[in-house]
Amino acid sequence: MTSTENPDTRTVTRAEYCAIACAEIFAGAGEIMASPMATLPLIGARLARLTSEPDLLITDGEALIFADTPAVGKKGAIEGWMPFRKVFDVVAGGRRHVVMGANQIDRYGNQNLSAFGPLQQPTRQMFGVRGAPGNTINHATSYWVGKHSARVFVDKVDVVSGVGYDRFDEGDPAFRFLHLHRVVTNLGVFDFGGENHAFRALSLHPGVTADDVASNTSFEVEGLDSVGVTREPTAEELRIIREVLDPKSLRDREVSL
Amino acid sequence: MRDKRMSLDEVVGELRSGMTIGLGGWGSRRKPMAFVRAILRSDIKDLTVVTYGGPDLGLLCSAGKVRKAYYGFVSLDSAPFYDPWFAKARTGGEIEVREMDEGMVKCGLEAAAARLPFLPIRAGLGSDVRTFWGDELKTVTSPYTDASGKAETLIAMPALNLDASFVHLNIGDAHGNAGYQGVDPYFDDLYCMAAEKRYVSVEKVVETEQLVKEVPLQQLILNRMMVDGVVEAPGGAHFTLAGESYGRDEKFQRHYAEAAKTPESWQAFVDRFLSGSEDDYQAAVKKFAEEQQA
Repeated sequence: MTSTENPDTRTVTRAEYCAIACAEIFAGAGEIMASPMATLPLIGARLARLTSEPDLLITDGEALIFADTPAVGKKGAIEGWMPFRKVFDVVAGGRRHVVMGANQIDRYGNQNLSAFGPLQQPTRQMFGVRGAPGNTINHATSYWVGKHSARVFVDKVDVVSGVGYDRFDEGDPAFRFLHLHRVVTNLGVFDFGGENHAFRALSLHPGVTADDVASNTSFEVEGLDSVGVTREPTAEELRIIREVLDPKSLRDREVSL
Repeated sequence: MRDKRMSLDEVVGELRSGMTIGLGGWGSRRKPMAFVRAILRSDIKDLTVVTYGGPDLGLLCSAGKVRKAYYGFVSLDSAPFYDPWFAKARTGGEIEVREMDEGMVKCGLEAAAARLPFLPIRAGLGSDVRTFWGDELKTVTSPYTDASGKAETLIAMPALNLDASFVHLNIGDAHGNAGYQGVDPYFDDLYCMAAEKRYVSVEKVVETEQLVKEVPLQQLILNRMMVDGVVEAPGGAHFTLAGESYGRDEKFQRHYAEAAKTPESWQAFVDRFLSGSEDDYQAAVKKFAEEQQA
């Protein structure tokens, strides 16, 4: 606690709304591993850990479990070991909530980070499916999109890496852990709580209109007519974001305006 | 005890075109790059490669040596992230892929290690992994039902049986005992247990007595039953990182990725780095680093 004055809550930036929205992804998560795969979700997970979710496990992104909650890019004291092979044990055990990126997401939550175009001869190669199939079928999964556009939010993804709700097999209990929790973007907060698990708006960040979202999404977004505004960060949250976790404001680089 | 020390080229002499090979490490981390460079020097081709892919797969693709690839991802782990040679082979339709969830690679290697035809896994269900594999990937239904009388149907991950495996570790002895030094063993023990012929390169070969002094017991991941050939190859993981031995050569990796962009720049890269022995490579890399410093 180095600061005695409250930070200026009148100057909240878009990236700071995104940070608290990413923190809220983990509300109620309890003693599980938070696995954010980009800067904003990482700030969010650590913000949650420093406020309402102290029991979250976080790692250095490589193999060490942090005892501390260090700033972005910093090391901290550790409390345990989590090499890649043990991550797969955690995935299978379900005590994890991942926030992945996405090159494409459709209305029912199918996600692509693999490639564009035909499977055996793509037009553009990305990572391949990575851990997306295992993540989505095993434990809570959320997505972070720094530039919400109709090229990301498409009618049909080219490769289903992350499993969506329309692929859910009701007759097979092996699917019972599929849970897509939130999608946070530079424009707002969304989930798949619409009809038949369709993409639904939960809040839009201050300054964002329903029209902005509709014109940057290929499909119809449920709830846009009545959607509210993303809440204000508390003075404590702003202090933690600005002074403790991200003093260099790396968050601004990842959020399109 | 057998002395299993070999040269890189002797190891490659035991390979045949058309083999299924496993490459240890992960992305751009502790990859058996000296083995990969030795394969590039040979006329071995039509390989089926099983890997958590990085520039190892990229280099093999650059030389047209890959016919089929089984992988959970392909990443350089730092910008530009996507491997350019793998991307070219894919967009050119030059390789057939069996892309899968990362956890399925581990599962398939574990099945092979235990001589099982498959192991059930949840990962893959509902995703396009099914489409990548077609009939080569089937499901299995549990003989046990849950409380409501329903049975789970899971992916039956087939064993990833390998003709040969290549891994790079920090330290080993002449008999194949070897350990990693750093934060992560990756999956190198599984690759060795899944393969017929197992080759490990190490930063340094030491007496057994010294090996077990330098490494905690838990880091001795290979024993003699898991290794057929040992190669001393200092810098053998370059330009990927190697635990406590060295970090990733980010500048060189960027140079590799840049060089892939045009036929001219790639030819220059091949001429400078990939047209001689491993010693020639290491000398050229050292010179490159000095130039970058200057």
